[in-house]
Amino acid sequence: MGPGSMMMGDPRNAKNPNNTSGRGKKLDPKTRNRVLARLAKYLFRHMDIVLTAFFFMLSANLLALVGPKLSGEAINAIIGKGEVKFDVIYEKVFWLILCYVGSALLSLGLALTLIRLSKKITYSLRKDIFEHLLTLPVGYFDTHQTGDIISHISYDVDTVNTSLSHDLLQICASIVTVIGSVIMMLSISPMLLLVFCVTVPISLVLTKKRTTFVRPLFRKRSAKLGELNGYAEEMLSGQKTIRAYGRQAHICEKFDERNKDACDAYYEADYHGALIGPSTNFINNLSLSLIIMFGGIFFLLSITGAVAPTSLFFIEIGYLSSFVQYSRRFSGPINEFANILADLQSALSAAERIFRIIDEAPETPDVENAIESDDIRGEVKIDHVKFGYVPGRIIIKDLNLDVPQGSTVAIVGPTGAGKTTIINLLMRFYDVNEGTIDLDGHEIREYTRHSLRSAYTMVLQETWLFGGTIAENIAYGKEGATMDEIVAAARAAKIDSFIRTLPGGYDTVMTDNGVNISKGQKQLITIARAMLADSPMLILDEATSNVDSRTEIMIQEAMLRLMQGRTCFVIAHRLSTVQNADTILVVKDGNVIEQGNHEELMTLGGTYAGLYNSQFS
Amino acid sequence: MKRVLAYLKPYTKFMSFTLTVKCLATLIELALPYILSHIIDNVIRPVAKIESPDIKAKIIEIVIWALIMIACAALGVIGSVWANRMAARFAKDMAEDLRSDLFRRTMTLSPAQTDHFTVPSLESRLTTDTYNIHNFINTMQRMGVRAPILLIGGLAITATLDLSLTLVMICILPFLFIAVYSLTSRGLPLYTKVQAAVDGMIRVVREDSQGIRVIKALTKQDYEYRRYDAVNRNLADIEGKTNSIMSSANPVMNFFMNLGLVCVVFVGAYRVDGGMSEPGNIIAFIQYFTLISMAMTSITRIFVIWSKANASAKRIAEVLDTEEGLPVSDSSDYPRRAGERGIVFDNVNFAYNNTKDILHDISFKLAPGQKLGIIGATGSGKTTLTALLMRFYDVSSGSVRIDGRDVRTIPEEELHSMFGVAMQHDFIVADSIRENIRFGRDISDEQISRAARIAQASAFIEAYEDGYDHPLDAKGANISGGQKQRLLIARAVAGRPKILILDDSSSALDYKTDSELRRAISAELSDTTTVIVAQRVSSVMSCDLILVIDEGRIIGAGSHDELMRTCEVYSEISHSQMGGAILE
Repeated sequence: MGPGSMMMGDPRNAKNPNNTSGRGKKLDPKTRNRVLARLAKYLFRHMDIVLTAFFFMLSANLLALVGPKLSGEAINAIIGKGEVKFDVIYEKVFWLILCYVGSALLSLGLALTLIRLSKKITYSLRKDIFEHLLTLPVGYFDTHQTGDIISHISYDVDTVNTSLSHDLLQICASIVTVIGSVIMMLSISPMLLLVFCVTVPISLVLTKKRTTFVRPLFRKRSAKLGELNGYAEEMLSGQKTIRAYGRQAHICEKFDERNKDACDAYYEADYHGALIGPSTNFINNLSLSLIIMFGGIFFLLSITGAVAPTSLFFIEIGYLSSFVQYSRRFSGPINEFANILADLQSALSAAERIFRIIDEAPETPDVENAIESDDIRGEVKIDHVKFGYVPGRIIIKDLNLDVPQGSTVAIVGPTGAGKTTIINLLMRFYDVNEGTIDLDGHEIREYTRHSLRSAYTMVLQETWLFGGTIAENIAYGKEGATMDEIVAAARAAKIDSFIRTLPGGYDTVMTDNGVNISKGQKQLITIARAMLADSPMLILDEATSNVDSRTEIMIQEAMLRLMQGRTCFVIAHRLSTVQNADTILVVKDGNVIEQGNHEELMTLGGTYAGLYNSQFS
Repeated sequence: MKRVLAYLKPYTKFMSFTLTVKCLATLIELALPYILSHIIDNVIRPVAKIESPDIKAKIIEIVIWALIMIACAALGVIGSVWANRMAARFAKDMAEDLRSDLFRRTMTLSPAQTDHFTVPSLESRLTTDTYNIHNFINTMQRMGVRAPILLIGGLAITATLDLSLTLVMICILPFLFIAVYSLTSRGLPLYTKVQAAVDGMIRVVREDSQGIRVIKALTKQDYEYRRYDAVNRNLADIEGKTNSIMSSANPVMNFFMNLGLVCVVFVGAYRVDGGMSEPGNIIAFIQYFTLISMAMTSITRIFVIWSKANASAKRIAEVLDTEEGLPVSDSSDYPRRAGERGIVFDNVNFAYNNTKDILHDISFKLAPGQKLGIIGATGSGKTTLTALLMRFYDVSSGSVRIDGRDVRTIPEEELHSMFGVAMQHDFIVADSIRENIRFGRDISDEQISRAARIAQASAFIEAYEDGYDHPLDAKGANISGGQKQRLLIARAVAGRPKILILDDSSSALDYKTDSELRRAISAELSDTTTVIVAQRVSSVMSCDLILVIDEGRIIGAGSHDELMRTCEVYSEISHSQMGGAILE
């Protein structure tokens, strides 16, 4: 048994049923080479470890190759009753043990070195991806699914890592083993080597069948299982509805169809895959039989003296055994080769996806001599702004707006009308296509992003809390906030008493599960965060949409205090929150169709008045 | 495990046949080294002692025996492939039945039972666990038969060849087993830790992808780098540790196997010297030892697979054996109240799992065709009230009656055929708009478009080129919140329900659409009893009866005008929402 064989418990062996991989797509040669070159850089960074691993791999495999020859020589010394040459036996056994102990230690060393290497590579790949992610413009996150990003940083990195740290060395080890065993076999009996003229072609045919025929079946099976899982997940989440309509039987029927599909795909893959294991055994047994047949004949000729010890046909009994052992070593990697190649291929595609993230253009750098100011008053002037997320699809056609310091602008309109877009532009999450936005008399692109964005505090509809403690979450906007300040902010946001009922109080860690905290309460925490961060301008995007009416009444006062003296941009569905604004913008299809204060717009009798009155009908 | 293995019953007869074939095929393979030693010791080696041997005849003998070996190998492969295929077939049929039953049971769990198991857990039982069982049944029929036979058969044959040498091998095997088993059993639980570390890493990525605006707005990138670095480093460490343990198994295993080979050669030398064995035996032993040690590692793997499958089987059986959660009570337990019409809540109290009370002393009556509005803060118990009406849960005390019948006495199918429901976090199936409204019921296209019209959804549906055939993504990811709500309402009204429940189902609609929706429902579904749960006063103000719920209690009941006068909370909410100044 050589060190090159499959790692026990290798997580890759546990085929992941949730892994819907249509991922084995081939890359064109040019991309492939480029990806390879970049991957090599990651290896070069840890050249010392790579070289150590290579040394271990080479020595462990070479040592392991000596074993069968030594044991053959020992058997040669076992001639018959009373004829055993014990001096030879002792010597050979001594060397055998030494060689196997050495080989075991070296393989262990190899395994541990590889793990060290893969640890470093995964760590730095993940780090590189993540740190680059945070430099990307917000648009990247708006256009890419979070699930995809996660799959790149976990699944793809794993795939690349296994390949770099495992497959590459396995390939080297295979090459060493194959060449080494051929040399050893040549040294034993070159004529017997001809046996492989029969078995190797069979292996190759089998491998071909496996890659072109069986592998896609397994891919299909993963896809079908993925579909089934997806369906089960979907239906489980809608279980109450299904029950309310009494549709269980119908859904079960549909599930059965998908279940059958998945099971059939599973079976189909198994049916053809069932050939692989026994066939590999068969090839091993076939070569055993052939070696015994020809080797036996040679041995017969040798002991009867029909061929001279110098002849190509001469063979000793112990070497027959060595030859069989080498033949197994030789055919092992040949059978595995196709698998490794396929792994490498998917690793390259994964690497390509990773590099695509790392190559995404980051936010344009701040202009030279950008204004770094922490003294922004908050006077905004929007002048003939035109903007669209996708070229050719303009969302904001011509926006003009003067916002004096300390005034409140409310933006109303149906979903998709461009309300949030205005916020995106104000904070430079996106840059305008045409026109200018001035802040305190300077175009916003003349500021550093840091000072521009620090001038705003946001409370968004999508409450965002991270997996830290509640105190950390509230203090997020103000570095070095004291506990007193945090509590004061929480109190103002009417969330203090709730926090105190939690088992961990302010130190309760916000996790996905565990803490039972409603959407409304989360929103109150983000409001507390905003109250703590003292900025001249405020953005409230549906800030109280998840808060129920009674709580909303309670925090209204605090909200008003928060808005006091600050330039505010408020997006709201509830007209009651809007009517006190200095300026109300009614947005529709990317245009401001009405602009004025509540009284003016009511007198105008247009869209706003219509919306306002409809609540009483 | 027993519960799950019972699913194999229909196949036992045929399975025993294929398993026999598999056994025979494996045994045939075991014969190969035996023939090998026979060729060396009985055919070739005696030749050396004969004066002028008939070499040609001997060669023919060798060739014949070798051909027998090849024939055995061929028979072995044919038998194995056939048996493996049959095994795959049984495993598949069994897994299909099992998963189908499990899904059926899952879908009929009462909501309280579902809450008990939790949806993610049920999901993993349906997927990962049934997959484990499938895999287990499959592997057991192949490896589970092959490995013991190779082990026991191999040992038996070697014992007939040379007992002492066999004992040498047997001495080595426990070391092999213990080494591999202890390493793998120590390493496998670590994978759970690895998974937890992966989840931790992923959580930061997910959080930051979703909160990128906040991070950028507050320029907290450096903070996030540090946060990520901690989880990344932790993951790398745990992964490294786990892999170190798992990958030391292989060198250790190889070492013991090789050590065994050396022992065989060493002891063999003495045996041959003493005339108790033959060199051919030693060569055969080396072959057998390879087979046996491979069988040994397979057996350790079987242990691992078995323990995994056992845990899965337990989790599956737990669901399958769950007792019916909401049995239909006999009407003698809750006698029908003749003459009572409509919906009645009679002193209802309710607590989830008998812990803290969610609803206290709820009583009200609603005549057929009337409209009920329920308003109150989040978490006040509004949704629970509708859940009791549909009997998702049973009341702790008191009674919920429809037309005089306690809901506990109405068979589920009959009960649920009365309702049309649009719930708060309701779900959209990845299918066409038409199918989402029809929802598998026997509903004509006319009724569907009528329902869409009532729900104010026809305009946006018909704006699609493919109209009602327009495909929707799972969870309705490709439509807006307001469109989704309108589709759900269309689904609820399409079945012409006796009772319509709209639970916070128009919150994303603008006031105008909301009021048109209410008008359409009043006009077109005048016979339908309607329950509207809402945050907005405007959504419920036209109801015949409005309940104001606070912390599980009714703190106000009556029409809008009555409540404006009598219920302070209600009038406060109303003022804040409606810009009361203009009203007065």
